[in-house]
Amino acid sequence: MVSEPVMQTFGLNCYFGSTHAVKNVSIEIAHNEILGIIGPANSGKTTFLRAINRLNYLQRSYSQTGEILLGGQDIRTINDNLLRKKIGIIFALPQVLPVTIFENVAYGPKVHGITGKETVSRIVEEALKKAYLWEEVKDRLQEPAVRLSGGQQQRLCIARTLAVEPEVILYDEPCSGLDPISTAKVEDAMQQLKADYTQILVTNNTKQASRVSERCAFFLMGELVEIGPTHDLFTKPQDTRTDDYITGRFG
Amino acid sequence: MNEARFKQNVAFTVLGALTLLIVIPILLVIVYVAINGAGAISWSFLTEAPRNGMKAGGIFPAIVGTILLVIGTMLFSLPLGVLSAIYLVEYASDNLFTRMIKLSVVNLSGIPSIVYGLFGFTAFVILLHFGTSILAGSLTLAIMSLPVIITASKEALESVPFAYREISFSLGATRWQTVRYCVLPYAIPGILTGTVLSLSRAAGETAPILFTVAAFYLPRLPRGAFDQVMALPYHLYVISTQVPNIPLSLSFATALVLIALVFLMNLVSIFLRAHYRKKRLW
Repeated sequence: MVSEPVMQTFGLNCYFGSTHAVKNVSIEIAHNEILGIIGPANSGKTTFLRAINRLNYLQRSYSQTGEILLGGQDIRTINDNLLRKKIGIIFALPQVLPVTIFENVAYGPKVHGITGKETVSRIVEEALKKAYLWEEVKDRLQEPAVRLSGGQQQRLCIARTLAVEPEVILYDEPCSGLDPISTAKVEDAMQQLKADYTQILVTNNTKQASRVSERCAFFLMGELVEIGPTHDLFTKPQDTRTDDYITGRFG
Repeated sequence: MNEARFKQNVAFTVLGALTLLIVIPILLVIVYVAINGAGAISWSFLTEAPRNGMKAGGIFPAIVGTILLVIGTMLFSLPLGVLSAIYLVEYASDNLFTRMIKLSVVNLSGIPSIVYGLFGFTAFVILLHFGTSILAGSLTLAIMSLPVIITASKEALESVPFAYREISFSLGATRWQTVRYCVLPYAIPGILTGTVLSLSRAAGETAPILFTVAAFYLPRLPRGAFDQVMALPYHLYVISTQVPNIPLSLSFATALVLIALVFLMNLVSIFLRAHYRKKRLW
């Protein structure tokens, strides 16, 4: 149990057609923590993550039962657009729009009705600074975003998410396509963002989870097997399946 | 190794020759029409009305008529076609109703153009009292053009990566904002291609305008949307088969003007496509 959870799920079940991807998961997420979610492929981590901002509903076969609360409010009562403004997501592969670096970050403010050149420029600059990208791109904001390296693109995605001022940031294996140096930079950015944001990190990399997260959850075949302080989960797991996974016996 | 390279060379030669075979008929048609018609083309042929039972004078009213019909067709079919495609790709769920719409679109493109002409005649000319008019003709041609515009637009929209939509939704954009900013700009080149193809066909069709707009002989410009006009394809048909003793060069000259008009439309679309491709920054 955590005090003052910013998010809670109660008995969350997710289905794609007849596939039961997430099974009866109840989790509480604390203010300004980094919650790691680990587990092998097809364990339902990504589905769980995308249930939180209702992105799963872009798939027509998707359905879900159970409750998800954001600040105590059932997210079904929140307009999808507002919910996704409050809960940002970083995808596994860096996904940039085929426009300039500046326009990528300015897209969120634009769709939320923020106009005024100076306001938007300020938001873009702040977001890029928070994502540790400003120094590298400040002189080339009008270049196509696709010219950035993979690691820079992923930090650009973080900046783009920050520009809409979310409360929670979801990461879906954000470093799976990045080299170790780029990975370190993304992890640095996450540590810096801790002061202001609640972050949930889904990762295939158990070492990354142990480096970055404060609490960690282990998913297996759609079930939440175990959740606890990261140090405890990795040193004295309660469940043998967790032990097997983190010691590399499967997965 | 040498044998493999020989086989490759043979394959390339055969494929190249076959590709050339596609170009030959087009070139032959254009060259043949140009040789036989170029002599009759003059400034007065392009700017004057026909005289003397169409045996002399120019084809200006028919040129204007065809241009007006193409513009009218575009006004009706482009918004309707593109908006339908957006609905089908971005909004509609897959159910019996949308499957029926999609099937109708496919079947619509298989209907002979004379049937469109008869439909336009009964629906627009008689039932809606538009009379034989530019309005009735444009609407008939627009219905004929819709299937190609819808199909091309659908494919253009579907070819925009799903990731762009996902990014947009994940930042809290509405569905329309997503379509407007993250899908449509990248689909425009494909939509343009389909539209111009379809309008080119509309410019050259005779059957749909036969009963709905085309005038046999009307040596003046139209006075409004409810007026009749002469049109190049119908004029070509008339002077080639209905009026005796017209010099053949006049027919070929008319055909040449029609081809040039369609070519011009394609040229414009190529420039527009290039312009919109530049907007996508790779």
